Amino acid sequence: MNRLRLGFLAPAALIIAALILAPMALVACYSFLSRGAYGGVEWIGTLENYARLFDPLYLKILARSAVLAAAAASLCLLLGFPLAWFIARAGPRKHLCLSLVILPFWTSFLVRLYAWMFLLRDTGLINTLLLAAGWIREPLPLLYNDGAVLLGLVYGYLPFTVLPLYATLERLDPSLLEAAADLGAPPLAAFRRVVLPLAAPGMRAGALLVFIPCLGTYLTSDLLGGSKTFLAGNLIQNQFTTARDWPFGSAASLVLMGLTLLVVFVWLRRQGENLL
Amino acid sequence: MRRLLAFYAAAAYAFLHLPVITLAVFSFNRSRFTVWEGFSLAWYRAAFRDLQLAEAAWNSLLIAAASTVLATVAGTLCAYALWKRRSRLIVASLMLSLVTPEIVTGIALLVFFQGLFRYLNLQLGMHTVVLAHVSFSLAFVVVVVLARLRALDPALEEAAMDLGASEWRAFRDVTLPVLWPGIAAAALLAFTVSFDDYVITSLVAGVDSETLPMVIYAMARRGANPVVNAVSALIVIALGGLVILSERLRRR
Amino acid sequence: MAPVLELRQISKDYPGHRALDAVSLEIPRGAFFTLVGPSGCGKTTTLRLIAGFEQPTSGEILLNGVPINHLRPYQRAVSTVFQNYALFPHLTVRGNVEFGLRQRRATDAAARLRRALELVQLAGKESRYPAELSGGERQRVALARSLVIEPEVLLLDEPLSALDPNLRKQMRAELKNLQRRVGITFLLVTHDREEALSLSDRIAVMHQGRIQQIGAPEELYLRPKTRFVADFLGAVNWIQGAGVRPEATRISRRPPDGGLRSLPATVLESLFLGSCVHVRARLPGGDVVTAEVSRYDGDFRPGEAVHICWLPADELRFDGA
Repeated sequence: MNRLRLGFLAPAALIIAALILAPMALVACYSFLSRGAYGGVEWIGTLENYARLFDPLYLKILARSAVLAAAAASLCLLLGFPLAWFIARAGPRKHLCLSLVILPFWTSFLVRLYAWMFLLRDTGLINTLLLAAGWIREPLPLLYNDGAVLLGLVYGYLPFTVLPLYATLERLDPSLLEAAADLGAPPLAAFRRVVLPLAAPGMRAGALLVFIPCLGTYLTSDLLGGSKTFLAGNLIQNQFTTARDWPFGSAASLVLMGLTLLVVFVWLRRQGENLL
Repeated sequence: MRRLLAFYAAAAYAFLHLPVITLAVFSFNRSRFTVWEGFSLAWYRAAFRDLQLAEAAWNSLLIAAASTVLATVAGTLCAYALWKRRSRLIVASLMLSLVTPEIVTGIALLVFFQGLFRYLNLQLGMHTVVLAHVSFSLAFVVVVVLARLRALDPALEEAAMDLGASEWRAFRDVTLPVLWPGIAAAALLAFTVSFDDYVITSLVAGVDSETLPMVIYAMARRGANPVVNAVSALIVIALGGLVILSERLRRR
Repeated sequence: MAPVLELRQISKDYPGHRALDAVSLEIPRGAFFTLVGPSGCGKTTTLRLIAGFEQPTSGEILLNGVPINHLRPYQRAVSTVFQNYALFPHLTVRGNVEFGLRQRRATDAAARLRRALELVQLAGKESRYPAELSGGERQRVALARSLVIEPEVLLLDEPLSALDPNLRKQMRAELKNLQRRVGITFLLVTHDREEALSLSDRIAVMHQGRIQQIGAPEELYLRPKTRFVADFLGAVNWIQGAGVRPEATRISRRPPDGGLRSLPATVLESLFLGSCVHVRARLPGGDVVTAEVSRYDGDFRPGEAVHICWLPADELRFDGA
């Protein structure tokens, strides 16, 4: 068996080693080197890149990314919970309702962000309609701000919270709610004392699945955000394109990865579950 | 209470689907502005005549097809091996790949390719894009196929070997046929994520390997363009069709 | 004394079928009252209407003489022990039993909690979770959780059906004992006739959404008003239009003396059941009857000619049945 198994693992192991681990290791390595004159690196070791990240300017960018990701995760939980509850109680149409939540996620993220640009820009559908109705005189600045980015993130990652929430709520035995009512708990108390604690694992998973991709988001803030919505992902991209400071960009990448893995690690500790 | 919830759900579904639906509707608008002036297929004609779009679409298809084949074969074999016995290192690496932000995956691959090519005298191009796509699709394939394997009765293979089949024969003649729908679903998934990717592709693409998402991104940045609406509508329909097919296969 | 719970002409319609048809009941305070019937007879629906989980289509439910139709489940002074117990999996034994007390902000909560746990012999297991308890222990938690809020009526939905047969017998005795000690009115729903007969002060037999007969266990068993009640509560030999219970059916080799009715019969087989013997015999008309006899009455061999006899007083007779 072992020889067959090793043979089966080999192609994936090669891909993992060459295209996942080696590039990450190289980034880690670059993060301790100095900047080259025209991009690239000089092989001079330094901790300067990490020290620079403590500059308030960059700390603010990291903090802003974390806050926006946390806001997106909370909003997704808040908006996703009633939807997941609805689907879990939708009877025979459950699978259809669930598919309708999953479907948009797989239909091109770029196109879906573009759709929001189409709706939100100054000459977009919403402003055109409001102007035509005479409710506003000037187009509202809907696009290119933090709010638009948050909207894009919630829109993009809402399915990520609905799925785990649905999974826990679907397993919730309806007789537990009857038991709570039977023992004198009105609906709100039953929700707080029975539903919320039992849905907690699903809520934690749902929050994690939104927080992680939002923390390192790049495309959403790039397309929907203004010049002020500069997030960690944009900072990294900028170092490798415009600023041509690879070592600093590498250090920023490593810190972002570190934060992400920390969050995942804490979650795994609590949950005792595995993603795979 | 029930009615309120149903109303909320309707609003939530509208939030999830209306933006793309309006976009698709306005791709049939005669006007170039967001005022409805009548039905027209002009933007679709323009899209099909655009040579840059055609080349980008062809590139995207080639890249998605190549990376899908590679990732599906490697991922399926890997999932099977992991099903037989877990490997902490492989599982941890795949989890790492799943949680790594796209932009970090992209720059890591860029740095890696640039470093490597300085010594090999090669350049960024289609091949680097394909390799990059294999790198991030692998974990998806393993997750989907492994989920399918977990639902399988291990006694099937034991029975086959009990009847004299070698391990290889047991895999080929017993497990693989049962696994086909899962593999197909994984392949379709790998295809869609590859076809859709902009962030990583834009970093590792060369001059000859511009993909459809890259062209759409450039057009979207330049401002309103109904041709993009038309292309978007086509992509959504094509990818949506693939996903529905994949879900069908996964459920079977 | 006024009944603690009264149902007046309760009907419940579901799309396509009527689950309850004009059910009227009076449950005396402090009684152990049982609704018994085959599955689908409407007994569980009755319980759910009383608890308030469902609304009757028509009719009135009165608790202590006051209509409670309009009250939500959490406003009703009744409590349910669910068939699957519905214990809160995220709460310990203590958390489960305290649930209703905390909702009521009871001042003597600690003392009541302790008393309830002692009552069901769960003291010392307060910090266990439901998943760590045996089936019998889970049932006791469910009982304590409901008893601790001192309901006017405790509703029990097939509480013993989830237990294995040995434990079921033991819990049956404990349940009866418990009811005597706390003095709370128990309304039990079961499909098990032995359970109904052995536990109850009064029984209502239900069939197809209607109440067939209400009475004390002996009364129902010995003087059933319908053929359904007679059949449901025990085996019956149907001889010439009259019903005779197997244990009232005797068998002898000689023609019986006066006072007994009898028919000649042929023994088909003898089944040894340990405490008794079931002799199956064929009557001249072709009907087969079973007589439950002591093994000291001798053995009857297949093919043997015998006489089946019974006392006229043991005959079950119904109008129109």
